Amino acid sequence: MSLHLEKAPLRVAAPPPQGNGRRWRSVLDIRAMPYVLISPYFVLFAFFGLFPLAFTLWYSLYDYDLAGTTEWAGLGNYVQLLADDDFWNAVVNTVGIFLLATIPQLLLALLLANALNKRLRLRLTIRMSVLLPLVTSVVAVAVVFTQLYARDWGLVNWVLSWFGVDPINWRAERLPSWLAIATMVDWRWTGYNAIIFLAGMQTIPRDLYEAASIDGASRRRQFWQITLPMLRPTLIFVVLNSTIGGLTLFAEPTTFYNGNVDGGSQGQFQTVAMFIVKQGFREFDYGYAAAAAWLLFLLILLGALINFLFVRRIGGTR
Amino acid sequence: MTGSTGGPGLWNATVMTKVMLAVAIVLSAFPLYWMLVIASRTNDDAVEVPPPFLPGGNLGDNIQAVLANEDAHFMTGLINSFTVATVVTVSVVLISTLAGFSFSRLHFRGRRLLLLTILLTMMVPLQQMGVVPLYRLMVDLGWTGTLTAVILPYLLNGFGVFLMTQYTEQAVPNELVEAARVDGASTMRIWWSVVLPAVRPGMAVLGINTFMLLWNDYMWPMIVLTPDNPTVQIAIQALNERFSTNYVLIFAGTALSIIPLIIVFIAFGRQIVGGIMEGAVKA
Repeated sequence: MSLHLEKAPLRVAAPPPQGNGRRWRSVLDIRAMPYVLISPYFVLFAFFGLFPLAFTLWYSLYDYDLAGTTEWAGLGNYVQLLADDDFWNAVVNTVGIFLLATIPQLLLALLLANALNKRLRLRLTIRMSVLLPLVTSVVAVAVVFTQLYARDWGLVNWVLSWFGVDPINWRAERLPSWLAIATMVDWRWTGYNAIIFLAGMQTIPRDLYEAASIDGASRRRQFWQITLPMLRPTLIFVVLNSTIGGLTLFAEPTTFYNGNVDGGSQGQFQTVAMFIVKQGFREFDYGYAAAAAWLLFLLILLGALINFLFVRRIGGTR
Repeated sequence: MTGSTGGPGLWNATVMTKVMLAVAIVLSAFPLYWMLVIASRTNDDAVEVPPPFLPGGNLGDNIQAVLANEDAHFMTGLINSFTVATVVTVSVVLISTLAGFSFSRLHFRGRRLLLLTILLTMMVPLQQMGVVPLYRLMVDLGWTGTLTAVILPYLLNGFGVFLMTQYTEQAVPNELVEAARVDGASTMRIWWSVVLPAVRPGMAVLGINTFMLLWNDYMWPMIVLTPDNPTVQIAIQALNERFSTNYVLIFAGTALSIIPLIIVFIAFGRQIVGGIMEGAVKA
């Protein structure tokens, strides 16, 4: 990172006059140290942020094969990807699981936050309990849930059998596998998002509610007309987080298939992140994987944009 | 909790609220409880219908079996994860505290722009985006299969810088910095004696977050490490792949992998909850 030492303004009171060498050191200290202190971050950023991003673009323009030969491909990888059924399958899976997980999760988190916002005993214990899933590792969660969703002896099928539902082969079919993975994601993140919503709710002045209830507004109305609009900044944060996390989903579906990135026998739950790892590190087609990574980035930007517009509507007009 | 003056019971928990919270707590805890149940049973119990709901007596045996299994390298995994998480946590906290001080309390040209750069790049999922060049870089440097390869990319943590900038702004009054300056203290001296003592709670929150992130990380170690020198998550996955029907072995390993986190969580629960809530409001 560039250091513009000579241009930095001296905004701090001049140091006490204590001889020339000392003053010179002190001026240098005031002008240079701010940059020195932030430089470790930016050096790391150059190596592990800018470099990988730029080179992902570079790699995506080349063809690689197992023998190690490299050939300029131009936009060939992108063209090929856009016509690749496997890639689109991964996109559909990713978006499908994301929607299936995120929409119920955010609604549940809002409800839970509303409940946590009441006058309660054992507040810390309750908050810690709903955060417990977050400290559990993703692989551990997926291992446990995979067992819960086992076809022949899984707890979920056993409970469903009370209602006369035949055993579901959760892993073999598309929609059931999406549902299973979505519950893993939701188990882990609903409590966390509820705590974040709770933090947002606590910044809303309570007189607003009291005034509304004197005016006879029902609790439900208060929730829609006060809580939700006032929660907009928090909502943007949570939705953005969920979008990035959801569209880069990897560990849960991978563990659901015993650590294999194929995502099921027909790729019915292979996500884009899994597709990238498969192309790059199983087929060693670095260029193709890199191009897919850029398309994933575009997908995230698109997702963030759509969510942003949606959230703006929720609070903005009321 | 301040008493409400408005409608009676506006902030009182109804029965519905309490039931809902109870259900949420049971659902949060159940998979973890059930993990312990299976980890303490036998493989025959694990495939029974209905499934067992009470712990058995084989937890010790199963954990021993995991640790003794030479193909799993489980102990190596635990030690490696601990090493990686500790090195990254200490570095990230240090880097972020220094940068946070500079961004929040020092004056320099380009401050806003640089901070904005950090904020924007925080949104980029580098781990997935840059995975190909990062891997090739590690190959060229000959670091694949080593912990260095796992550690390096994680030293970059924009969230940490952002959090510590916010925290320092709130915890260290500007006047204090200026006063120390007038007394002739150097920038590093101010950081050491004025800033550090005040931002320790923020450092704790960042440290706990970073440790958990690294302990749980999966994709990058899976790509860059080999099965004989794994992190703990990779070790579990290896059990999952190789002994896919030995459920108690997998579950015992899984239980073993989350024990350190549960200990950290119980010890620092208050700070973790507080940290998440504070971070949420400021972001």
